[in-house]
Amino acid sequence: MKLPEIAEVIRSKNSGPFALTLDVIFREEKDFIRAKEGRLFNRDLIAGLYQISPDDVLDIIDFAPAKAFKINIRRPVPAGDLGDTDVYGAQQHAPLLGIELV
Amino acid sequence: MDEFRILSPTAILGYGFPEESFQAGMKKNPHLIAVDAGSSDPGPYYLGKGVSFTARRAVKRDLTIMLKAAVPRGIPVVIGTAGGSGGDPHVKWSLEIICEIAAEQGLHFSLAVIGAEIDKETVFDFWRQGKIVSMAPGPELTADDIEKTTRIVGQMGTEPLIQALDCGAQVVLAGRCYDPAVFAAPAVRAGFDRGLAVHLGKILECAAIAAVPGSGSDCLFGYLHREDFEVETLHPARKCTVASVAAHTLYEKANPYLLPGPGGVLDLKNTRFEQAGENKVRVLGTRYSVTNPYRIKLEGAKKNGYRAVAVAGTRDPVMIGRIEEIIAGVKEKVAENFPQAPYYLHFHLYGKNGVMGKLEPVKDSTGHELGMIMEVVAAAEELAKTICGFTRSTMLHFGYEGRLSTAGNLAFPFSPAEFAAGEVYQFSIYHLVQVEDPQKFFNVRLLAITGEGRGTEI
Repeated sequence: MKLPEIAEVIRSKNSGPFALTLDVIFREEKDFIRAKEGRLFNRDLIAGLYQISPDDVLDIIDFAPAKAFKINIRRPVPAGDLGDTDVYGAQQHAPLLGIELV
Repeated sequence: MDEFRILSPTAILGYGFPEESFQAGMKKNPHLIAVDAGSSDPGPYYLGKGVSFTARRAVKRDLTIMLKAAVPRGIPVVIGTAGGSGGDPHVKWSLEIICEIAAEQGLHFSLAVIGAEIDKETVFDFWRQGKIVSMAPGPELTADDIEKTTRIVGQMGTEPLIQALDCGAQVVLAGRCYDPAVFAAPAVRAGFDRGLAVHLGKILECAAIAAVPGSGSDCLFGYLHREDFEVETLHPARKCTVASVAAHTLYEKANPYLLPGPGGVLDLKNTRFEQAGENKVRVLGTRYSVTNPYRIKLEGAKKNGYRAVAVAGTRDPVMIGRIEEIIAGVKEKVAENFPQAPYYLHFHLYGKNGVMGKLEPVKDSTGHELGMIMEVVAAAEELAKTICGFTRSTMLHFGYEGRLSTAGNLAFPFSPAEFAAGEVYQFSIYHLVQVEDPQKFFNVRLLAITGEGRGTEI
């Protein structure tokens, strides 16, 4: 199943000017647990989707109270610097939409 | 006192709220009305330039309703990050609005103004003493960064706000402020647990964004108790659910378990969320640990020049297919024509990678049309406009291989095609400074607002 079918929220936002924070919030506890146990979100997957170095995947954190995962990546350009394309960082979530939970 | 009630009217002062929600909140007899007026999200321009990202009329509307309800009843009003960025011009702008409202509504009250701007020399002193550290993954601070910065603010914690209330202020207008502090400070002052107060503030500062359906333009109500707190919606169309409140804990934060702020860290490792009613969620177990040394976040912006932009689109499949080489050709012509002037020229290509830039995984755009913004930044506005205009005309008539549409390559939606987009700023300081005194940078002034359109120093 692809994430949009089982997640309630898939979003991105700045966490300070130097990092983007990606949130995936599952609807069902069982999907959250499956994603957690299967290490669905891992450094290599995220680095591949965003074509960045695994070192630029800063954190992958699960948060059970919200059935959620948080992924922080380094911004390629700090918010508002020359070359930035998304000052709030609110439209950087799309590569997550194709992730499949098997 | 076993319950401290807080009304949060809106996510950002000026974003608005339904009056019926606000009045429903007033019926619950709040001990405090507090609002966060700012954010660094809209980018460095507003801090650097000293202007608000919210409209004056919208801020005045929200504040009028709040002050008219609170002042006659003696309910304190605390406003944080005045004017959007919380620098001196932002505070001054907000103070003028408050004085205007007081005059129009015949309101009299004592107002504390807390400055948050810090001069460069002070920042240099701390930097030389090695007391300024970077915030990962941000860079180290250099002398050059400090030198070039236009405006620097420090993010205050609860201490200056408590001092202002201790001075007898009925209304507090604070410069740059840790968002939850405006909610937490009066509660901590009333003797409530700091961890619960700050966590409640974290949720209330975004108002109904923590509800479902979420909204940045509606109120949220908080009940702080000795062992827990509750948050509740005030509009019948919204609910607070365990999912909506817990999910909000993630919002814009790097780590949902450990939330650092001025002087301490909020620890959510043992936090529990429970449904306490149809529209209400109870939160328990949040702890607070003091950090030593006390650290305050500094934010600064520097000016990088002036921007001009031109907006255009193409509907030509040959051009879309060759867009990269066409842009390279245009850039070359621009460089030939302006060999002396340093400038920045960038094509934002909507329909290709305009939104995600380097992070875009889709390499080949397949759309039938392509939108573009030609962006130029240069040292003077005239130069930026000149180069942008030259880029636009060069792109319009650029001859490329296989070209069929020889009358012009671009569709411009507007005349004129290019616009001056103002000054360009960049975050030059986003660091932590160690202080011995949490009130170090934040000067509290008490004014009597007498309804004559201005404040008098007390």
